[in-house]
Amino acid sequence: MDTDVLAARLRALVGDAAVITDRQRLRTYECDGLAQYRVVPAVVVLAASTEDVAAVVRECAAQRVPFVARGSGTGLSGGALPHADGVLIVMSTMRRILEVDRDNQRAVVEPGVINLQLSDVTRADGYYYAPDPSSQQVCSIGGNVAENSGGAHCLKYGFTSNHVTGLELVAPTGEVEQIGGKAPDAPGYDLLGALVGSEGTLGVVTAATVRLTRTPADVRTLLAAFPGTDQAGAAVSAVIGAGVIPAAIEMMDALAIEAAEAAVQCGYPEGAGAVLIVEIDGPASDVQQVFEEVEGHCRAHGAFEIRIAADDAERALFWKGRKSAFAAVGRISPDYIVQDGVIPRTALPEVLSSIARLSAESGVRVANVFHAGDGNLHPLVLFDDSVEGESERAEEVSGAILDLCIQHGGSITGEHGVGSDKAKYMPRMFTDDDLDTMQLVRCAFDPSSISNPGKVFPTPRLCGERPGRHQGVHPLAEAGVAEVF
Amino acid sequence: MAGTVTAAAREALVRACAGRVEDATDTDLVGATAPRWVVRPTSTEEVSAVLHSATEHDLAVVVRGAGTKLAWGHDPERLDVVLDTSGLDTLVEHAAGDLIAVVGAGRRLSDLQDDLAGASQRLGVDPARSGTVGGAVATAATGPMRLAHGAVRDLVIGMTIVRADGVVAHSGGKVVKNVAGYDLGKLLTGSWGTLGVITQVAFRLHPVPAGRTWVTGAPMSQVVLREVVRSLVHSQVVPSAVELDRPVGGGDAVVSVLLEGHPEGLDDRAAEVAALLGHGAQRQQEPPAWWGREPVAGGEGADDQDALLKVTHELAALSKLLDALARAESVSGCRAALRGSVAVGTATVAVGGGADEVAAFTTALRASAPGFGGSVVLLEGPPGTTDFVDPWGPVGGLSLMQAVKAQFDPGRLLAPGRFVGGI
Ligand SMILES: Cc1cc2nc3c(=O)[nH]c(=O)nc-3n(C[C@H](O)[C@H](O)[C@H](O)COP(=O)(O)OP(=O)(O)OC[C@H]3O[C@@H](n4cnc5c(N)ncnc54)[C@H](O)[C@@H]3O)c2cc1C
Ligand SMILES: Cc1cc2nc3c(=O)[nH]c(=O)nc-3n(C[C@H](O)[C@H](O)[C@H](O)COP(=O)(O)OP(=O)(O)OC[C@H]3O[C@@H](n4cnc5c(N)ncnc54)[C@H](O)[C@@H]3O)c2cc1C
Repeated sequence: MDTDVLAARLRALVGDAAVITDRQRLRTYECDGLAQYRVVPAVVVLAASTEDVAAVVRECAAQRVPFVARGSGTGLSGGALPHADGVLIVMSTMRRILEVDRDNQRAVVEPGVINLQLSDVTRADGYYYAPDPSSQQVCSIGGNVAENSGGAHCLKYGFTSNHVTGLELVAPTGEVEQIGGKAPDAPGYDLLGALVGSEGTLGVVTAATVRLTRTPADVRTLLAAFPGTDQAGAAVSAVIGAGVIPAAIEMMDALAIEAAEAAVQCGYPEGAGAVLIVEIDGPASDVQQVFEEVEGHCRAHGAFEIRIAADDAERALFWKGRKSAFAAVGRISPDYIVQDGVIPRTALPEVLSSIARLSAESGVRVANVFHAGDGNLHPLVLFDDSVEGESERAEEVSGAILDLCIQHGGSITGEHGVGSDKAKYMPRMFTDDDLDTMQLVRCAFDPSSISNPGKVFPTPRLCGERPGRHQGVHPLAEAGVAEVF
Repeated sequence: MAGTVTAAAREALVRACAGRVEDATDTDLVGATAPRWVVRPTSTEEVSAVLHSATEHDLAVVVRGAGTKLAWGHDPERLDVVLDTSGLDTLVEHAAGDLIAVVGAGRRLSDLQDDLAGASQRLGVDPARSGTVGGAVATAATGPMRLAHGAVRDLVIGMTIVRADGVVAHSGGKVVKNVAGYDLGKLLTGSWGTLGVITQVAFRLHPVPAGRTWVTGAPMSQVVLREVVRSLVHSQVVPSAVELDRPVGGGDAVVSVLLEGHPEGLDDRAAEVAALLGHGAQRQQEPPAWWGREPVAGGEGADDQDALLKVTHELAALSKLLDALARAESVSGCRAALRGSVAVGTATVAVGGGADEVAAFTTALRASAPGFGGSVVLLEGPPGTTDFVDPWGPVGGLSLMQAVKAQFDPGRLLAPGRFVGGI
């Protein structure tokens, strides 16, 4: 459909001010946190209400125009990458906390609410919102829901999907659906389970009911320095093997530490080949005992210095190095790729040495930061784009790391999602039948494939038909609705 | 079905399942509906072949684990084959260091727990009754430890399923953290055998804590109960479970709290809980006899089966639920007992009475459900109850669910009519 006509219709539905067609302003939205993919959308709509979103989606459905929801745009897989002929629906303008219901341990929020803001508002009541992606100062809860985001503390407290009990969804047909609520286990299929982590491909979330978690009575944090990642890894295994589930257990290797020092002067122990940050929380009497055990495991496995946070300020300093790690590598390398893969935790030493080998062979430096408790690696692959061939080499190393994850029975993404970036890797992890089956869900929600098309799946499925039986150009691709990777 | 057609279908099943096909007997009923055959595949490939044949011959299939809850839900609209999963009972993998296990759907939950106990680990679904892993997943079983470890859906990290058309699909994997692709495992959990046959499940496990203890309060009135539960829910003592036993016909209720953690930390925590539970609270090393069991309404040794309901509620609306329960008792003339995980918001209710009484009870309780913010599902009632009342009640997002069913099982072969909204 002609963009001017589309824009005029949308203006009639949601008002002039909410519809952007000015090229310069559109460019603000051309990418998310993964800036190497850029597409300028045809039209941007700034959503103000569920009714707005429903009206826009209905119009898109009627005209078969693709739409993409966008939260804060911090995604690292190109999930919110716009469609050139489509509408980008910006949800960050819907940012009211609709209800804090302490008695029921729930909050109801619009999707644009910033993750950390919810914890800030509820902390005075002794509650917080547990999923804590490192981007929590800026990312939206709607984006978290779409990505099933995790954070340093999800080892103990779970991911976004464990904290969402209800959603309001504008389905790709434009229907508004209420799914779940404050009580658990609404009868019927677990649609929440399907929706959380579906990366905006099953419709637009316009409100979320989430769990609030009681703040722990006590929190204790230690920073342990090891000669190398092998020793730190062994300490992690010992802690988990002893039946302890720390609130968080995070590792950084020498290169990542170097970057963090350069960026935020976190003052980690000199000469550390690896550091672990371990946090234990819970009832005071329990924390005290467990903490001593953890300290013992660290020493037994070669920690040469252990610091214990005396107060919140010191704790924040420990975390500062870790939380700023992605951006920090910018200090030691002009360009870098943030990789996100998962391995069974016990494969850590083997995979780390394979990564070191890859790095040595290719001459591409890799800094390692990871959620050690659940085997979620974030290798940071460093390169200089101005040097001929480096970005390709970096891309190769980055891809080879994902292959390592798959070989060890892991996953190509633990929290950043598939988006545009990793759709091509999906067939390495899943069979055609697996992907086809997942797309049955897509077909149920979005038979015309207009909700964030081209993401997650390498090849779109033609709904209502069996795969592999159609010939020639895929009709959706031909219509410009879907891209084929 | 004409005789030759029937014979051809049976033959196809025999080929698909290496001969493990038997003619059904009285013990193979699903509710009141009789199948023709029972097949017992021993691998995902055989399940796939069986469903290929089912698709080809238009055979309706109900999956059976241990068969302990086969009467739950509507009777199927039609039924040809019972697919028995007892041959899919292997423990495929227990990677203790990674705290995961991969297990065949037909393995008994209790056997799996025994497998894990050696490594001081457990699956957070408790206490294990006689059912299978597949049955617990398919019905989204919920027990006391859900407070500590989450629901079954939160423990499933990977799943192998066979679709109605025989296609085998996997989702998730063997790692705890994984956002690659849609989470089919969650969709299939609680799908009551209507979307696909679950053949294998990968679970996240938890270490068995070194210390555990129960603190149980003296029977308390509803007014006291309300404040006690409220104080427990908002405390920082981090119980692993908070269970309520509200006896048949009303009367004072008992609250029992499970604490787990470092043995040396338990004394302080137990003292704190005892203070919250009030005068007469007792600390024990074993749970109370009723812990994790279905409530009983029939009274002493009664042969007549209770009807069983699953009820959910908002945490702060427990009192409203208990009021509604008492009202439903008096409206219907039934007596009811409730056991609930009150810090989670789920409860099971047993009701003694005939079909029309149970229906009246269900209808009355459901009418109050908006007040306690939850839902009322009739799991099982006397024959004929569902003529008077829809066991599932109102369902949000039903049209999406029907669309999902239509995609997965367009021929309506898998447990047709058994689930919400005629799915
Ligand atoms: C420095 C940095 C650190 C990070 N650390 C972490 C981390 O620790 N853990 C982690 O999990 N992630 C992390 N991320 C990734 C990112 O922040 C998360 O994926 C986050 O959830 C994205 O939220 P957003 O609001 O920015 O969403 P966007 O990037 O705007 O969108 C992400 C996806 O969600 C969809 N979407 C957004 N809103 C809606 C809606 N209302 N309805 C339907 N779909 C919607 C979009 O279409 C897109 O597919 C990090 C990113 C950065 C830049
Ligand atoms: C609210 C609630 C609380 C519960 N609490 C507990 C508890 O604390 N402890 C406990 O052990 N159990 C609990 N259960 C019961 C638990 O669900 C049973 O253990 C289990 O359902 C019975 O297993 P079974 O093998 O006998 O299943 P069956 O009776 O054989 O089957 C039950 C249902 O599941 C389907 N099904 C079975 N296997 C499969 C499969 N492989 N693929 C697809 N569908 C399948 C069947 O078609 C049938 O509809 C609870 C259930 C509910 C609803």
